[in-house]
Amino acid sequence: MAEFLSLHDAVARYVEDGATVAMEGFTHLIPFAAGHEVIRQRKHDLTLIRMTPDLVYDQLIGAGCAKKLIFSWGGNPGVGSLHRLRDAVEKGWPHKVEIFEHSHAAMACAFEAGAAGLPLAVLRGYVGSELPSVNDQIKYIECPFTGERLAAVPSVRPDVSLVHAQKADRKGNVLVEGIIGVQKEAILAAGKSIVTVEEIVDDLEAGPNACVIPGWAIDAIAVAEKGAYPSYAHGYYPRDNRFYKEWDTIARDRDPFQAWLDENIYNAGGQAQ
Amino acid sequence: MSNEYTSSEMMTVTAAKALENGMTCFVGIGLPSEAANLARLTHAPDVVLIYESGTLQTKPDVLPLSIGDGELCESALTTVSVPEMFRYWLQGGKIDVGFLGTAQIDRYCNLNTTLIGDYQAPKVRLPGGGGAPEIATCAGEVFITLKHSKRTFVDQVDFITTLGFGRDGKARDGVPNIGRGPTRVITDLCVMKPDPETRELVVVSLHPGVTAEQVQDATGWEIRFAEQLDTTPMPSANELDVLRDLKARTERKHAGEA
Repeated sequence: MAEFLSLHDAVARYVEDGATVAMEGFTHLIPFAAGHEVIRQRKHDLTLIRMTPDLVYDQLIGAGCAKKLIFSWGGNPGVGSLHRLRDAVEKGWPHKVEIFEHSHAAMACAFEAGAAGLPLAVLRGYVGSELPSVNDQIKYIECPFTGERLAAVPSVRPDVSLVHAQKADRKGNVLVEGIIGVQKEAILAAGKSIVTVEEIVDDLEAGPNACVIPGWAIDAIAVAEKGAYPSYAHGYYPRDNRFYKEWDTIARDRDPFQAWLDENIYNAGGQAQ
Repeated sequence: MSNEYTSSEMMTVTAAKALENGMTCFVGIGLPSEAANLARLTHAPDVVLIYESGTLQTKPDVLPLSIGDGELCESALTTVSVPEMFRYWLQGGKIDVGFLGTAQIDRYCNLNTTLIGDYQAPKVRLPGGGGAPEIATCAGEVFITLKHSKRTFVDQVDFITTLGFGRDGKARDGVPNIGRGPTRVITDLCVMKPDPETRELVVVSLHPGVTAEQVQDATGWEIRFAEQLDTTPMPSANELDVLRDLKARTERKHAGEA
């Protein structure tokens, strides 16, 4: 049953050093506030899973929280590189990060398989790609019915998943609207889950086929207003495209990045931005 | 004035023309997205645009900066989860054409968006595969658009992120349930198609005013030219107007957002 906690307490209780952590939200509802709290609490040796690392994982990696990264597209969308990710991979700063690189199709299937309680995901994938030669998590199996050769990847089973959503009701049921990505799968695949929301409401006003995650399938709910900023929350606020562009300058070199971290995370209380 | 245009505009208009009305198109961000939306706003109003964020049949008024901009969702017929997008719609065989960009391409249309240099010690780390590896194999066919230069058109890609036809041109042969692969490559200089036998890229059409030497100088291998070498049609005044409006709207929108 979902417990209403402060974001600080939720992260302190459920995100342990060395844990495997998924923070999802496919270009939308990216859980920045939760990610910033993880940085603020100086969690380390995390295995970070996310289809599109985006700025949030650039920040976590630059802050030294990550030991491993499992991902499928590591850029700043519409802008260019994630410089902190590149610095870690190319130069080992602040320390070396081991990467396991997939395609989106495989990651999406792996989240779904995790939610379904399966050990692996099967897909018609990676044909002719050289990714399997550098990622030993990608294997092949033969279909027992047709003999077709199919790709297999381990399911995603994070110790803890963190996602952001528009709202929860007073029982902790959560509504996700707009681009829903793999948020539901991330929650259901995880051992523990934290959902940050823009607001708590009396009635979700959800249609019968809406993406609703029941409160009894979630461990902690924390209110984080503008918790997805500078990404966006459909119906609440738009993506701050300007910040995404500015991030290119902030993150390009280590010193400005460190200054940004100090000012906006370490010395910025318990709320993002 | 109407027949003055840049080489980038020539590329986008030519790429747009490759899409036929009614096709279902899985769209990559950047140049493919620009071309696909231009097609929708000109000769192909019923082209179905699908982005990997789950937005199905979307009609954005401005070009998205990211693959998951709210604009894509708000103007879509419906938005599905990302697993559904890749499993049902792409892998399930509902996509006619995948429209991709790339950082590197070779003579057999293999695409590299992973890195420059060696995997364990990369010189430049690029974003990675994203949706492309399966778009390129599950879609009925693939269009590729990128700027032409020796840096992008290389003899051998450093890494095959996404299959064209493999290092020998034969990687699709005998593979069940696989799409036809790349059928055309559109650049700011020319249009290329794979040879039906060898799968090696052949220049089939030069853009107006572009010479074969220019194409060769911008290509990292000895590129072949079709015996029947066409001249690509010039953009029409209407195509240029629509493209410029779209880009101006997009710039205003993205600059104005705080």
